[in-house]
Amino acid sequence: MRLERRALLRAGSVLGLSALAGGRARAEAPRRGGVLVVAADTEPRNLNPAMVASNGVFYVASKVIEPLAEMAYGEPGLTPRLALAFEGSEDGRSVRLRLRPNVRFHDGKPFSSADVAWSALELWKKHQNLGRVVFKDLEAVDTPDPLTAILRFATPTPLQLVRNALPALTAVVPRHLYEGTDPLSNPHNQKLVGTGPFRFAEHRPGQYYRLERNPDYWDAPRPWLDGIVFRVLPDRGAIAAALESGEIRLAAFSAVPLADMERLAKLPGIAVIDKGYEGITYQLTVEINHRRKELADLRVRRAIAHAIDPNFVVERIFLGHAKPSTGPVPRFDTRFYTADVPTYPYDPKRAEALLDEAGLRRGADGVRFTVELLPAPWFEQTRQMGDYLRQALKAVGIEAKLVVKDPAGHQKAVYTDHAFDLAIGSPVYRNDPAISTTILYQGGLPPGVPFSNQYGWADPAMDDLIARAARELDPGARSELYRRFQRLAAEQLPLIPVVEFTFLTVASTSVRGVADNPRWATSHWADTWLEA
Amino acid sequence: MARGLIAGPEPVETGDPEAGTPPLLPRHPALLLARRRLAQAPFVLLIVITGAFLLLEAAPGDAVDAYLAGLGGDAGLVAELRERWGLDRSAPTRFLLYLAGLATGDLGWSVAFGRPVLAVIAERLPITLALAGAATALAFGLGTGLGVLAGARPGGPLDRLLSATALLLNAVPTFWLGLLLALLFAVRLRWLPSAGIETIGAGHTGLARFLDIARHLVLPTVTLGLVYAALYLRLLRAGMVEAWRSDYVRAARAKGIPRRRLVLRHVARNALLPVVTMLGLQSATLIGGSVVVESVFAVPGLGRLAAEAVTQRDLPLLLGILLVSAVLVVLVNLLIDLLYARLDPRVELAARTP
Repeated sequence: MRLERRALLRAGSVLGLSALAGGRARAEAPRRGGVLVVAADTEPRNLNPAMVASNGVFYVASKVIEPLAEMAYGEPGLTPRLALAFEGSEDGRSVRLRLRPNVRFHDGKPFSSADVAWSALELWKKHQNLGRVVFKDLEAVDTPDPLTAILRFATPTPLQLVRNALPALTAVVPRHLYEGTDPLSNPHNQKLVGTGPFRFAEHRPGQYYRLERNPDYWDAPRPWLDGIVFRVLPDRGAIAAALESGEIRLAAFSAVPLADMERLAKLPGIAVIDKGYEGITYQLTVEINHRRKELADLRVRRAIAHAIDPNFVVERIFLGHAKPSTGPVPRFDTRFYTADVPTYPYDPKRAEALLDEAGLRRGADGVRFTVELLPAPWFEQTRQMGDYLRQALKAVGIEAKLVVKDPAGHQKAVYTDHAFDLAIGSPVYRNDPAISTTILYQGGLPPGVPFSNQYGWADPAMDDLIARAARELDPGARSELYRRFQRLAAEQLPLIPVVEFTFLTVASTSVRGVADNPRWATSHWADTWLEA
Repeated sequence: MARGLIAGPEPVETGDPEAGTPPLLPRHPALLLARRRLAQAPFVLLIVITGAFLLLEAAPGDAVDAYLAGLGGDAGLVAELRERWGLDRSAPTRFLLYLAGLATGDLGWSVAFGRPVLAVIAERLPITLALAGAATALAFGLGTGLGVLAGARPGGPLDRLLSATALLLNAVPTFWLGLLLALLFAVRLRWLPSAGIETIGAGHTGLARFLDIARHLVLPTVTLGLVYAALYLRLLRAGMVEAWRSDYVRAARAKGIPRRRLVLRHVARNALLPVVTMLGLQSATLIGGSVVVESVFAVPGLGRLAAEAVTQRDLPLLLGILLVSAVLVVLVNLLIDLLYARLDPRVELAARTP
């Protein structure tokens, strides 16, 4: 039986800890006590991670409500949380989960397979933005005993995919607080109850979330902290000031402007940490509307790729904290990533030649054609990439008109109305191409689906690859299909991945046990502690 | 019949159900003004609501787009959310439903917060009122005080210094001034907290809690107050420069009135009228909240809430905020009108019928 088929999760934790955060791990005994105050910049309306899989939700909720497993550095890449082991059937129609014994929810009720069954069928499958895709064929969950849950799928579902979905998609909430209620308006979507190292204490809208130590945590003596406070600080300059004054000790997700990082890093007692986000790697992409006839020409898309200097983007926009992309899968995920794809090195001359070849010659004013360019407003870097791309395109004779909208406006223009020529996007890769990546390449999706292929591009060969990989049970064969997927994506360039990036954490050096897993900011923090 | 005196459309009855009987309240001019203002209020509010509704409808994207912009999802989720949040209905239908709810005193449901609009606003209003009140008091006190000093001897060294400072303060962006004050008093000197409105988890109650909140509000109040103080200073000084040239001041001087009395009673008092007008306008602005100062100092006030309501396309919440602040603005303006009449005896309340 292959390793993928039967996995004992325990092995990962030791390896994971040794690979910790850039040498910051010293062999010191963690100290108990202290409340860690950190910055937060959003207050999600629904904080329940079993229903909303987003980093804004996970950032707070992952400390309270736990998934079945968490990502880890090194092999096998997972550490157990609520599940100790899993095993897939040969036909790919069931996954048997062995659950952790002696776990209690924060209200004192025991955790059991019934909670997993209910969360899976009623929340992950029906309501969760990502779970609706991965668990769409989940038919039933058997619970032969309180510590065994068997997921049953209507069609063969790769164990590899289920395994990769464990960290982000499988948060378990107590059935007894949800059953018989309307899940979407259940008050516990705000007043969270889970099994995690911290209990939800209070939320003062516009001010803070406060979590308290769970004294009955299954992983005693963890957690080390007495509590965590997430202070809502909407202004990035104010976050930097609060770090300097010691009012907060940590800001995750690059909440401090990159330009301030260098200055902060030089301050005594403050560290800038670039690890702990590999499991949620983002990409900066140029999204292309293929309904525009010039852009439907592959030569033009390749020309645009040649016109962009990824190293400039890495150095100037991300100040070095990014890497050039070769395709839709980031380098960190070595199981799927391949560098063996067609590439488009920065070469404006080649770009111009391709454009000439496509019959788009420069006019008297030096302009070949004009496009509308919509940079997504969510990150500082997506907006800056818009400015850079405009200049890069101008150099090869394409005039881009920048159109900047707010999030709702951008969402509608690009993913519903298709009212754009080029856009700057920032999709996130979530540990498996089938979770949130292939949807950017799959054809035939209805308009209005956010962060999906709304580009007017469809290729039967691509759709076939995506469908086959979604069914392929053999992990080796499945990985190979995704390598072919990357090659086809790079060859056809329906969209152009420019760089892959993760975030930075700025923290006081007194905060220890930071960035010890690839999803650290969105994980449990049971191992985090404060120096005296 | 007392009501006959009130010009304009028929007011909404607030009391006095028996139409035939004479009003219980005496016909004091101030009360007449108050009644007239309150009678106009529903129409003002209706215009505000309609305008805001149309504006936000015209903005691209709805609450579901805003919600999914940070999230992703599939086609089914998009449709379900739209139905659940009532966004599958047409705009006129939603507007009429909203008005119908309003008629029963229901401000609706905030989609961004998943809670009743009234509850969301009620949480933020006291904070905004405290900040706006304190900042206005500081601005008015400081601005008029220094304005009198500057206007007492226009062109004198003190005037030059104060006017230049005021000009500088007026020119400085609020967020920058706020950050600068925070860097100095919170980061460098550590005298005051850099953000928030109270110490988290301190468990203060009573006076201790009041003092804690007051300490947190010092920097935002000073930031807002300084900017507006500069405005009042310049306005009052300009008025005083004007007044010095007028005949009655010359006459008063000729009568040999002591300078101190001349400055305060004759020059400054007459220059105060435009400042009071400005006070009304500015406090109205402040009630809507100051997005910038509230963001810099992480004050959970109405301004930040309104900004969030727009980004989230949370129409009921935005309309609720506008309604509440419009009501407050009407009330503040009423107070200003009364104050105006007191300052300037020529302004006869009852005669100011439009």
